[in-house]
Amino acid sequence: MTNVVIVGYARSAFVPAKKGSFARVRPDELAAEVVRALITRTGVKPEDIEDVITGCAFPEAEQGFNVARLISLLADLPISAAGQTVNRFCGSSMSSIHIAAGAIGMNAGEVFVCVGIESMSRIPMGGYNPMPSPALYAKFPAAYMGMGDTAENVATRWQITRAEQEAFAVASHQKAAAAQKAGRLADEIVPVSNGKMMVTQDECIRADTSAEALAGLKPAFSQNGTVTAGTSSPLTDGASAVLVCAEDYAVKHGLPMLARIKSIAVAGCAPDIMGIGPVAASRKAMARAGITSKDLSVVELNEAFASQAMACMKDLELDPAIVNFDGGAIALGHPLGATGARITGKAAAVLQREGGKYALATQCIGGGQGIATVLEAI
Amino acid sequence: MAIKSVAVIGAGVMGASIAAHVANAGCKVLLLDIVKPGAANRNAIAEGAIEKLRKMDPAPLMGSKAVRLITPGNIEDDLGKLAEVDWIVEAVIERLDIKQDLYRKLDAVRKAGSVLSSNTSTIPLKELTAGLPDSICQDFCITHFFNPPRYMRLLEVVGGPKTRPEALAAISKFADLALGKSVVMCNDTPGFIANRIGSYWIQSAMVLALEHGLEIEEADVIMGKPLGFPSTGIFGLLDLVGIDLGPHVNASLARLLPSTDAFHAMNRDTAMINTMIAQGYTGNKGKGGFYRSARGADGKRQKSALNLKAAAAGTLEWRPAMKPEFAEVKEAREDLKKLLGAGSKAGKYAWGVVGRVLAYAASLVPEIATDIADIDEAMRLGYTWKFGPFELIDMLGAAWVAKNLASLNIAVPPLLAKIGDGKFYTDAGQYTLEGKYKPIRRPEGVILLEDFKRGKKPVLGNKNASVWDIGDGVLCFEMHAQVRGVMRNMIDGDTIALIEKTTALVAKSYKALVIYDDVLREQPQKTNFSQGANIGLVQLAANIRMWGTIEKGTKQGQAAYLGLRYAPFPVVAAPVGLALGGGCELLLHADHVQAYAESYIGLVEVGVGLIPGWGGCATMLTRWQHAKEMPKGPMPAVGRVFEMISTATVSKSAAEAKELMFLKPSDGITMNRYRLLADAKAKALELAANYTAPEAKPLQLPGASGRVGLKMAVEGFHKRGIATDHDVTVSDHLAMVLTGGTADIVDVLGEKDVMDLESQAFMALIRTKESLARIKSIVDTGRPLRN
Repeated sequence: MTNVVIVGYARSAFVPAKKGSFARVRPDELAAEVVRALITRTGVKPEDIEDVITGCAFPEAEQGFNVARLISLLADLPISAAGQTVNRFCGSSMSSIHIAAGAIGMNAGEVFVCVGIESMSRIPMGGYNPMPSPALYAKFPAAYMGMGDTAENVATRWQITRAEQEAFAVASHQKAAAAQKAGRLADEIVPVSNGKMMVTQDECIRADTSAEALAGLKPAFSQNGTVTAGTSSPLTDGASAVLVCAEDYAVKHGLPMLARIKSIAVAGCAPDIMGIGPVAASRKAMARAGITSKDLSVVELNEAFASQAMACMKDLELDPAIVNFDGGAIALGHPLGATGARITGKAAAVLQREGGKYALATQCIGGGQGIATVLEAI
Repeated sequence: MAIKSVAVIGAGVMGASIAAHVANAGCKVLLLDIVKPGAANRNAIAEGAIEKLRKMDPAPLMGSKAVRLITPGNIEDDLGKLAEVDWIVEAVIERLDIKQDLYRKLDAVRKAGSVLSSNTSTIPLKELTAGLPDSICQDFCITHFFNPPRYMRLLEVVGGPKTRPEALAAISKFADLALGKSVVMCNDTPGFIANRIGSYWIQSAMVLALEHGLEIEEADVIMGKPLGFPSTGIFGLLDLVGIDLGPHVNASLARLLPSTDAFHAMNRDTAMINTMIAQGYTGNKGKGGFYRSARGADGKRQKSALNLKAAAAGTLEWRPAMKPEFAEVKEAREDLKKLLGAGSKAGKYAWGVVGRVLAYAASLVPEIATDIADIDEAMRLGYTWKFGPFELIDMLGAAWVAKNLASLNIAVPPLLAKIGDGKFYTDAGQYTLEGKYKPIRRPEGVILLEDFKRGKKPVLGNKNASVWDIGDGVLCFEMHAQVRGVMRNMIDGDTIALIEKTTALVAKSYKALVIYDDVLREQPQKTNFSQGANIGLVQLAANIRMWGTIEKGTKQGQAAYLGLRYAPFPVVAAPVGLALGGGCELLLHADHVQAYAESYIGLVEVGVGLIPGWGGCATMLTRWQHAKEMPKGPMPAVGRVFEMISTATVSKSAAEAKELMFLKPSDGITMNRYRLLADAKAKALELAANYTAPEAKPLQLPGASGRVGLKMAVEGFHKRGIATDHDVTVSDHLAMVLTGGTADIVDVLGEKDVMDLESQAFMALIRTKESLARIKSIVDTGRPLRN
């Protein structure tokens, strides 16, 4: 089977929904700017692009109409490049990468642009017309359970205290702030104009947050719960993109390579503890790669909530020192559909930067799923 | 010249609030201040002021759009922009040299013929214009706004000898029509009208409270509501407006008034005030004032009051607040003389203050104004007195007042001596110094319901409402239903029956109907267009399980409201103040609403454990579902209306009511309270010209699927402790109505289908003990119960 490599990774700044600099920016246009920069930065020939695969959690309104195709046209990619939109909620754009990898393996193309988008300012979580099935709700209400409630369940069952969650959140902000200060985030961020200014920096990071400050917050989802806005990822606007190619193609055209995709997996889990989804998916992916968590040098584990991220780390026996080097979603933000491409691209970039053999990118998914990708150093 | 754009120089609280109110009127406004030394952002002061406007309480801005009309700037870089502006309002610090220097700068850049005015409250116009070129003087006047400018309806305007009459006319017209102000032309005398009398009143009330040995609560109980003064009383009022404000105005009056003026005798005891200011006790905006409120050991708020005697001696100490009662204060409700003529402690104090103030006001004609009606208007609107001084004299009898002034050793002013035992107001108008009566000046186009009532009987009527012929084929339906002496205009079977009778009568013999209440003496913010259905009666019926009667009431209300909606004539509703529940639904069914800018509209039924039952759900759903800017699909409108009704959202202005769609985009807003009836009647006649009744619009609702979505959201709020147990029950019923009951997404429903669901939900909820407990709480205590 053909080897698959990640050639490039770029993203927009991630900013708070409604209050951030992208509140008035259309998500399709935001994504197009990121794609345009990715093509320029990698030097790939646009005419070789087989497909633009875009992950989006709520593909409607400005994210509707098969937005992948529209992003491709907005970014002035050749007409010959196709486009499809993928929905696996938060795992959407990691699924885009998996689809590309599968197609390359099948010899069904050599160059794929894998995009992730979400404007949580402009398209509400749940969409404009949430209409759950009354029959399923009666039979299995957890299918529709709110994400915060699942985070509370995980905190309870894995016995993760509020103080532990808050310490984890503070660490995430500190790592992200340090990375921002050192310019380690600037490399991946594509400056995008919002009509008034160029937006070049992440806006969710709170360098000055502290355990004391977080301890003062009210529970966000349950009166007696432990999960607060401070230990949850914020509603975020952002776009990300990863260039996925056949290894032979990249070598032949002298493209830079960040990492090789070694294995992929998805797995279902109980919806009321959806945050634990990465455990099953990562175990599968690592088994397929023939490795264990001890072989990992880099992990990007999405922080939808501190409680679920910590529970996954416990179960997967991950060394905290190798998880989320530059901070996670609690600090950086979590534009649902855009996160998968960010953490996969980031894991590849950090693996190259930090050295080591294997990296894991994994995340939980609403409704009860996990998704994981194992990367191998080139 | 018509005023189309305005600039305000000086972004302090008054300047910024004036700019906000100009924006409320839909007019562009430039807000300029100085460049803060060393600031990177040269507009920092003006921008900061605009940011503050968004957070101030009471809100200076109406709705969310007004703020966008305010452009911040600074007087170094942006003076050039004044070339485009028709009216420049100066609201900078009260220093003559700074003001005059600014006027010269402004004069160099402003548009020819533009008006320049000062918002000064302490510097006379002749001082402001002394030594200035004619080019400034001819376009210059004083426009004295009262704080807060959005809510206080008085604008005092002072012109100088050189001021062009057209300039004054332009300002007056804009202030009247756009800003909604009642313009009173004042002479260029210290304090103009309202502050001249008002400061004297406040000083007298404070000084005499000390002299008579009253506690502050005692003084406030007397010097407040019973006499038609603000219900805060004097000391409460000082806390509200800021204790630090008085000394500035008093100092300027002391400087400018001749030594013979009665003000000087009352301008005493500032040591106490100075101590309070020095220690930060400037009132509600500071650490507290005459009153303070703090949480006690039990977590409850406890009010304490300043010990006045100790304070006068220089020591500030607070003790738990009391609730004093005086028999003569209660009796004053029937006859003010029972308080003012009582020789008791309370009576002596009350008369000491009121007698002085009435004599002072009478002595100031014609010095401060020729028309006594202007003086009364200024005191009503500038100090929120229910009655002006001459109205008070009429209530007491001029001869009685004159006779009793002897007890205060005050000479009877000539005007009071002249009128003898006559009245200052008669059908012939207002009394003049010449001893004659002349008509009360009224801006062109204003009509009042009282004009049509004088000497007439209502066409129809009962205890709750009357129907008046207001000419040109238009009837006016006026509600006047009181609950415990307060005009709440709650709607019951009698009101509904009269609506039905009126509908039949107009259809037969008239062109149009206006629904409007004539309560000009109340502050608009405290007026009730209608607080909705009379739940006290609903409670009575529920207590004896007369479910059939209640159901009949909901159906009859629906029928009467639909009767208005589909009647063969136009219905224009003209609310002022609160329009809640069934009162709001009355507006929702009208062809056109001409709302006074201070209208507070909402469907608040969940507060009593019910849902809107007279078409509120159906009409709001229709409005939101057919709104152009809504996202497609069956849920967005349902979600929005669900959110508004389940949280009992009430608009904080007519502008906000438009954003919430309690008002339609085509509904009108009248800024001037006095013009509301004229605007409503004009609209009714305009619609009557070619009237066809509206057609019902179809609704497509999500049914059970949408209900699950709403249920999940409510469960989330319940888990977080935001929604109570009974909130969840009420929300379930509301969701049933708004999602169309058993309807499927492919069904097309009519508003009547939704109104049937409203009745069912209403009847289900009224039978719950929790809803009845909520009703009981509101009826008994006025406070909502969270159960």
